[in-house]
Amino acid sequence: MDLHFGDSKPTDDERAAVDALLGPPESSWEGADRSDRDLRWARGGRAARDRRELLLPGLHAINDRVGWISPGALDYLCRRLTVPPAEAYGVATFYAMFSVRPRPATVLHVCTDLACQAAGAEQVCAQVESRLGPGSGVHVERSPCLGLCERAPAALAIRAGDPVRTAVAAPADAAAAVLAATAPDAAPEEPPVTHAAPQAGQAGLLLLGRVGTVDPESLDDYRAHGGYTALRRAFALGPAGVIREVTDAGLLGRGGAAFPTGRKWQATASQPDRPHYLVCNADESEPGTFKDRVLMEGDPYALIEAMTIAGYATGAHRGYLYLRGEYPRALRRLEHAVAQARARGLLGDDVLGQGYAFDIEIRRGAGAYICGEETALFNSLEGRRGEPRSKPPFPVEKGLFGKPTVANNVETLVNVLPILTLGAQAYAAIGTGRSTGPKLFCVSGSVERPGVYELPFGATLGELLERAGVREGLRAVLLGGAAGTFVRPDELDIPLTFEGTREAGTTLGSGVVMAIDDSVPLPRLLLRIARFFREESCGQCVPCRVGTVRQEEALRRLAERTGAGAADDVALLREVGRAMRDASICGLGQTAWNAVESAIDRLGAYT
Amino acid sequence: MTVTPLGIPRRLVEFTLDGEPVRVPEGSTILDACRAVGKDVPTLCHGDTLTPKNACRVCMVEVEGSRTLVPACSRRAEAGMEVRTRTERALHSRKVVLELLASSVDMSTTPRAAEWIEEYGADPGRFGPDAARLQEQPRIDNELYVRDYGKCILCYKCVDACGEQWQNTFAISVAGRGFDARIAVEQDAPLPDSACVYCGNCVEVCPTGALSFKTEFDMRAAGTWDASRQTETTTVCAYCGVGCNVTLHVQDNEIVKVTSPHDNPVTHGNLCIKGRFGYQHVQNRD
Repeated sequence: MDLHFGDSKPTDDERAAVDALLGPPESSWEGADRSDRDLRWARGGRAARDRRELLLPGLHAINDRVGWISPGALDYLCRRLTVPPAEAYGVATFYAMFSVRPRPATVLHVCTDLACQAAGAEQVCAQVESRLGPGSGVHVERSPCLGLCERAPAALAIRAGDPVRTAVAAPADAAAAVLAATAPDAAPEEPPVTHAAPQAGQAGLLLLGRVGTVDPESLDDYRAHGGYTALRRAFALGPAGVIREVTDAGLLGRGGAAFPTGRKWQATASQPDRPHYLVCNADESEPGTFKDRVLMEGDPYALIEAMTIAGYATGAHRGYLYLRGEYPRALRRLEHAVAQARARGLLGDDVLGQGYAFDIEIRRGAGAYICGEETALFNSLEGRRGEPRSKPPFPVEKGLFGKPTVANNVETLVNVLPILTLGAQAYAAIGTGRSTGPKLFCVSGSVERPGVYELPFGATLGELLERAGVREGLRAVLLGGAAGTFVRPDELDIPLTFEGTREAGTTLGSGVVMAIDDSVPLPRLLLRIARFFREESCGQCVPCRVGTVRQEEALRRLAERTGAGAADDVALLREVGRAMRDASICGLGQTAWNAVESAIDRLGAYT
Repeated sequence: MTVTPLGIPRRLVEFTLDGEPVRVPEGSTILDACRAVGKDVPTLCHGDTLTPKNACRVCMVEVEGSRTLVPACSRRAEAGMEVRTRTERALHSRKVVLELLASSVDMSTTPRAAEWIEEYGADPGRFGPDAARLQEQPRIDNELYVRDYGKCILCYKCVDACGEQWQNTFAISVAGRGFDARIAVEQDAPLPDSACVYCGNCVEVCPTGALSFKTEFDMRAAGTWDASRQTETTTVCAYCGVGCNVTLHVQDNEIVKVTSPHDNPVTHGNLCIKGRFGYQHVQNRD
């Protein structure tokens, strides 16, 4: 590899930001001043190239400090990490939170996605844009779902500097959003996380039991509320015993694909290739999903404990927690929790004095829905563009860094705690035969009490909506998010289980339940979904890269049309949608037409 | 005498291809099997010297038990597999993918594209006159080759050839995302400001003519390019002792382009700037 650099130099700020992450450069090969010693020594080979995984943290460091990634800063980072500048440029331009063009230090992300759109985000956005014009020092961006749907409409301000500052305005009116952007330090604190969990404090909750009752900053409080009993049980059972419990409990993945967790763990644990890795997928970006955020903000130690158990069971000594870039509060709480756990010997070389070494590294995403796809997430962690890989080989065989990897969603991992404390049998007795345990649902939209609800599998959609106080004039319910499907108000008896939703021709997905009333025209929602997929397609395969564009164009033409005038474009949508579903590489393209199809077939859109 | 490299003997895998039993060496792809029995499966991003990227999705086939279609170019044949290459579902996907490509990219210089569009009954015009296209002007920033990204289908072959699979120069990458993704050097700069070493190995593998010799580009623009009048002569590069094969494409007694045989066991179609572009002295008659 022959690296070629331009003449651009980093500013002192940019250099300091990178050095704060990587330490000072060791030689002029890495960007320090040239000395005689450099002529006789160079870092090269694998040791130099293997630091590429630090590319994304490096880009974050620069972006956090100055708000954009200049050519000089990118070159300096590339020198430090021995990464070809063209590839680093490809990575930097992949993520929505980065910019390679100059922009103001403050970026205000105003969510215009489904729940926020229904709550008037467009007007907020227009008002904010008129107040924060050019010269205001704020760059306003219309953002996909920020995962704050229970407080829609939402806005997130990020001000670059040392340290970077963030402020959330939700529910946001124009004044609150402008205040967050212009004075993030003076903006009011976010409400406590209990606000997002209407059941907080109720007895008998297995996943949300500690949310709102424990101090998320305090490890002692966590232990006083039953924390770390599951890990002790895990050490008593041994790795094979833990996998047996998880398998017997019938735990299915909660990220959307519903794959049996025990089988995944077993397959990883039995791989002879070493090391094994654990990846926690906390890149929660499906529009309408915010359950993982609530868990991480309200009970961060539970995730740390669950990851330790998963690592122990699958023979991993290193866990990566890939957290969505737009979750500043979850990041703060998790960073604190990891540091506390490390200081108290609950992470590190000798966890709980059991001779098992395990540590967790938190990595931030940077605005890419596709990185929630596990193989895209691996590429992102490795410092590459977040493009999905083709399977096979599957991650249990060749995952992160080409090694056996188990990747689990946050909610899936947290379920392991009650499995170990209650025992597999008691856990499996909850829910239905094929969907065991409790499930979190993200209820938003036209309801009185939006938030995350914990219900045992088997409750019906109607029961859930009743709890959340569904409002009059229900037009449809979106299940599973943008990649999910709409159902009609007369289908509220659908049981909320994996098998029940499948039989009804819909999906649970990530647990999104968005109630939609007739205040928002359906074609506008569909157009927003289509725009979401067009913007989030990674561009790797043709059906998705071009298909999502053609889908959006057709829906734009259809916006005002119905009946015979719509028939041609509906037929075209079906053909393109079918090819996307059949021929796309990953789940993004394969599901990009689900919601539109269900709106046409079940809700009778455009007839 | 040509020495045929003999690998370790490979076991044969037996599976069903369109109802017929076939046997291929272990590790072969479905595409290898199709080609061995003379079945024509269209491919664009597949390169005979590159690891399949399976990004273009025109080679999709149906495999029994698979939820989605699978790319023939990269899925390895497994014993007992039941593969069907011409089901309605596979043909539909190929047709739509061709429509999506041809409606967004200029495929006029893509070999066989017109033939496939007709064969699969694709109608790229169906998305209407307002359908988004890649609006890119040819980039003519050096004397050796031209990058016309209006013809680029993002097959990743040039990136792979420039990077870890062959050249190890890493001058280009995919930048941007989704429909706005483009092949670019760092900061999307002109080629002379990049790490490019002008080996032309990206031009060698480009399936659409998005990358072309400046000579070919100019002659096409002038309307003088005529492949039927060209002869191809494979010879040995005279510059150094490696002995790479070069194939000279000659029209009207002028070298108009240089390629290299992909089956050459040493170079696999790769050359350096001298072999690829250093031929002017041959036709300098002064």
